[in-house]
Parts: sequence; structure tokens; C-alpha cells
Amino acid sequence: MEKRNAKAWLYLVPAILFLGFFMVYPLIDVFIYSFEEGYNSASQTFFGVGTYNYSYVLHDPYFLQALKNTFILVIITVPLSTGIALLISVGLSSIKPLRNLYQTVYFLPYVTNTLAVGLVFMILFKKTAYSDGLINMLINWFGGNSVDFIDGPYWAKMFVLCFYTIWVVMPFKILILTSALASVNEEYYKAAQVDGTSKFRIFRKITLPMISPTLFYLVITGFIGAFKAYSDAVALFGTNLNAAEMNTIVGYIYDMLYGDSGGYPSYASAAAIILFTIVLTITCINLLISKKHVHY
Amino acid sequence: MKIVLQNLTKKFPNRNKKVKGDVIAVNDFTFEIPDGSLIGLLGPSGCGKSTTLNLLSGLLKPTAGKIFFGDDDVTGLPAEKRGVGLVFQNYALYPHLTVRQNIMFPLENLKGADKLSKEQMNEKVLEAAKLVQIDELMDRKPDELSGGQQQRVAIARALVKMPKVLLLDEPLSNLDARLRLQTREEIRRIQRETGITTIFVTHDQEEAMSISDLIVVMKDGVVHQIGKPQEVYDKPVNLFVAKFLGTPPINVFHGKVEDNKLYIGKDVIFDSVNVDNKEVYVAIRPEGFILKDEGVLGCNLTGVEVMGRDISVVSTHECCENVAIRSIIDADNMVNVGAKQVRFDLKPNKVFLFDKETEERIDYQL
Repeated sequence: MEKRNAKAWLYLVPAILFLGFFMVYPLIDVFIYSFEEGYNSASQTFFGVGTYNYSYVLHDPYFLQALKNTFILVIITVPLSTGIALLISVGLSSIKPLRNLYQTVYFLPYVTNTLAVGLVFMILFKKTAYSDGLINMLINWFGGNSVDFIDGPYWAKMFVLCFYTIWVVMPFKILILTSALASVNEEYYKAAQVDGTSKFRIFRKITLPMISPTLFYLVITGFIGAFKAYSDAVALFGTNLNAAEMNTIVGYIYDMLYGDSGGYPSYASAAAIILFTIVLTITCINLLISKKHVHY
Repeated sequence: MKIVLQNLTKKFPNRNKKVKGDVIAVNDFTFEIPDGSLIGLLGPSGCGKSTTLNLLSGLLKPTAGKIFFGDDDVTGLPAEKRGVGLVFQNYALYPHLTVRQNIMFPLENLKGADKLSKEQMNEKVLEAAKLVQIDELMDRKPDELSGGQQQRVAIARALVKMPKVLLLDEPLSNLDARLRLQTREEIRRIQRETGITTIFVTHDQEEAMSISDLIVVMKDGVVHQIGKPQEVYDKPVNLFVAKFLGTPPINVFHGKVEDNKLYIGKDVIFDSVNVDNKEVYVAIRPEGFILKDEGVLGCNLTGVEVMGRDISVVSTHECCENVAIRSIIDADNMVNVGAKQVRFDLKPNKVFLFDKETEERIDYQL
């Protein structure tokens, strides 16, 4: 028995070494940094130990702004993107001609570079000396006034960020949902049809419960992904996100480490731990809810 | 409810580019199913029996022909308006619903004047559950049930809305041998109690013979024979039907008629048959053999299988199509296992003659 245990450990060594070195150790380190006040990574020194870092971060207006932005982003984009993706997938599965073409079109954003997509959005929304952007042209055409989406009011910028995020995360969700829909056994639909079930009731009582595990997977990963949003904001509003009031928590952490106001690994660590706590809590809540509603 | 099929035909487009033309799954079916009877659609795989069932349920539209339920033409009616109950081969129970919810599902679909109150629904569900004897399992999920229990739930779900016609697609194929015996009795009982015209599909001839009022033997989309099970067994119209019914299968010999004498090889089987001189198939049911030292047919003995009530004598003959001739003999008979030869007399009503070309049965008298 003991011999076999030793063998098992031997097989595990590469993975344990790798994960320990690159995952577990940094995680613990971040946790330790977050309690070390004024840690300097160059000299490896710090003044003292305590919760000052947390208190600083939680009172930093930039962090609070980032927190607010992130929460708004999460609350708007996750339900909306999942809902729209579900609609599109159901639509896709119910048409036969050109289905592959549509699937490809919907999947394009997934394989397109984030920054390239950001550029396209600039063209759509950015005000320049020559034009107000495509969307503003549309608004003007309907008789509205131009809105500066990139440097204008907060709600306009938030709208663009949410719009962009939804658009970027959608293809993956559509891909997963169409395959989930395709894997529902045809016989359930036939049985329901023979029993005279209406289309809407089939969707609500059979399709939705059948794909509920996939749906919850998408919601949970969606939440985690949205909480970690950063590159999307950079693509739209440039690197000085604090000035644009469009920073996210991850952006704040990055700024604290490398940004113009950077060089504060302790604050960054504290912010990272706060983010971790939030994501953990939300995921736990999600899992609890899903236990009640997801079948199997 | 009487069901009439009139020249019913279903063609599917051919996927194989090398072969021209459509695949004809069901070819020109015309027959009538009497009210309140239990019908077995019987045939080998791919003979179109499931397609026929789907046409009856309305899940498929026929290419040509008509279907009547009673006097109503339902050919153009979609599945949900036909009022049929359908039990799928894999039962298709909704895995996320309990037994009760599964059975209630069709009732909850009713609209308008047919809409039921909660109490009425519960009552009907319980009634259906009692009929199939699953009223103790109402709050379980399908995956907590055995195959036989799932089967009952599926039947209850099909019966709860009191369909005019009950369709069963290979209802017993997912059950083990013992459960199969029990369940087929059960299906018969339920059908008798409800009096609903029931059609079931099977490839197992024993299953079809044992519980059906009528069996329909099909092959390659064509109906070969319709009749009472015993009738079809005793008077098969052609060689296919004769081969398809009966276990062990019928023994087929190449034979010929010459001067009113029926020959298998050199042995004269019958010496005065009223058939013209020609080559024929001689098919003999396993129970048609009588062990006799100076019998008319001599075979090479290969072995004896003891089955308790009777024994099965296994032998070979150079004129026989089957790899081995199996004859079922009463266990009281003694067979000398060491002997090379064994001789049989034949029961004339168990011996059929079929034309070599058309494979149709030839009526003969001794």
C-alpha cells in the first residue's frame, strides 16, 4: 500500500511542482503582501503588518469608482448576453437553410483580436474632427443630438463598454448553447408534440430544464469573466482609465503595480484579495441557487 | 376506434448518390384495424414498421394514401390533433420531472373547453398510475426507476389523456427476458381493460404472436400477410413469412415434385401430392418431425439438445438450406446419440410447399 502511495506521489510531482510554483506560491504571496504595509519589491522591505492596505484601498475613490464600474458591468452584461445568446441559439437551431453561415458570422467576434474590435468600436462611437462616428450619424438622422460616447458623459461611456462586452462574450455563449440545444434528445420533442404541447411550453418545460446545466455554467463563468474585465475598457478608452472614470478592479490592480501611479504591490495585493473574495462569494451564491434549479 | 389505411405510401429521398430514386419505406399499405384490437406490426429491421407507426401518430406525413380514424380522415391532421398516445422505444420520459409530473404533462396541455381543474388532473393521473400499478412511485424521478417501471410510466403518460389509439414502438426491447414476459401480459391486460385500439411494433415474432389479436408481417415496406397469429403460423402465404415466424425457425429443403411424388434428395416424402412436376421448397416446422426407424426422411445426426419438456434433435441434410435441422421431439423418445443416421416421419399439416420462383405457398392435398 505504502509503495503504491509513493509511486502515486512520484507521478504527481511534475504537476505539483508546476502548480505550486506558478499558482499556489504566488497566491499565498499575494495574500501575505496584502498585509505588509509599504512593501517594496526591490529592497524586499516593509514597515509593518496590519490591515492598513485594505483600509487604504477601500477608501481610495479610484478603487470605489472601479468597484462601481465593475458591478454595473457585471449586472448588465451577464444576464443580457446570456439571454440574447439563448435567443439567437434557439433561433439558429430552428432554421435549416444557411445555419452554418449564420453560425460562422456569430462566431467571428470570438476569433477577432480585442484591440482590432476596439478600433471598429472607435469608428462607430468616437467623435473626431471629421465625423461624430457612425452611431451619432444614425442618431442625427433620427433627429437626435450627437452624444460623445468616448469622452462624454458617464452613462454614454458605460453604455459603450457594456455594448462592447456583450458583443465580445456572445459568440462563445452561442457556440456552447447551440451544441447544448443540439444534444437534447429529439424524442422528448416528439413525445411533447404528440401530447399537443405548445411551442412556448415545450421551450419552458423541456428545453430550458434540459439545457439548464449549460446555462448555469455560462452564467457562472460569465460572472467571473465580467469581474475580471480590463482589456475591453483599455481597447475603448485607452490606458488612463482612472481619468476616464472607466477603470475596473483589475485595471486598478494593474495601475497600482505598473501604471503611472504604480509601484504599490501591497495595495494591488489587497485589491486583488478583495476581488477574489467578491468573485468567490458570488460564485458560491450562484452554485447554491443552481443546486435548486438545475436538474440532474 | 377503427383504423383504416388506404394505399399508404412513404418515400424518403435517397442519400446514397449512386442509387437512383427514393427509398420506399412503406409501400402501398391497405388494411383495416378493427376497433378495440391489439395489433402487432412485425418484421425484420428496416422493414418500415416504425415508419408506419410514425405515419399513424402524425409525426411523419405520408407521400401518398390516406389514414382514417373511424370515419374521419386524419391524413392531414398534425400529431397533436390526432389524439394518439405514443410510447417510445426509449420511453422518452422527461428526466427532470417526477413520475407524477410526467404523467400529468399531457393533461396540462389541454386548452379551452377541455381544460381540467387541478383535482380532476390529479384524479386522472392517479387512475392511470393505478392501471399500470406504479401509484407508489409517484414522486420519484425517472432515473430512480427500473426499466420496467419506466416503461409503465411511459404507458401511463400515453394513456392518461384517454387516446383513441395507443401506439407502442418496440415496447419490450429494452427489458430483460423475464420482465419482457411479464410486461407483455401487462400490456395485454391494460389494453383489454381500456379497450383502446393498440398498435405495437416489434421484431420479435414470439412477442407479437403471444399477445396480438392480429399480426401484420412486413418486409421491405411491403405487407406480406395479415391475420390471426395462429392462422399466419399455420398458413404462411410465402416462404418469408414461414421463415420469420417460429422458434426454432422452420427447416427449408430443396425438393421437387415428380409424378405426384414429393422428393427431398432421394427420399420420397409424400407419394401422392396433387402438384404439377416442378422444383419446390419444402419447409417443415420443427414440431412436424416424428422419430421413426423406418421414417421417410433420413438425416445425418449431429447431436441432441435436452430442454426438459422436449428434446431438440440436431441433424444435417445435403438438401437443407439451414445449417442444421432442428426437430422438436417429445422427451419420452429415446435417441441413439451414437448413431450416424436418424429417420423421421412427417406430420403433413406441418409441411409447406413453396414455389421456387415466386416463393408463394402451394396448396396441396395428399
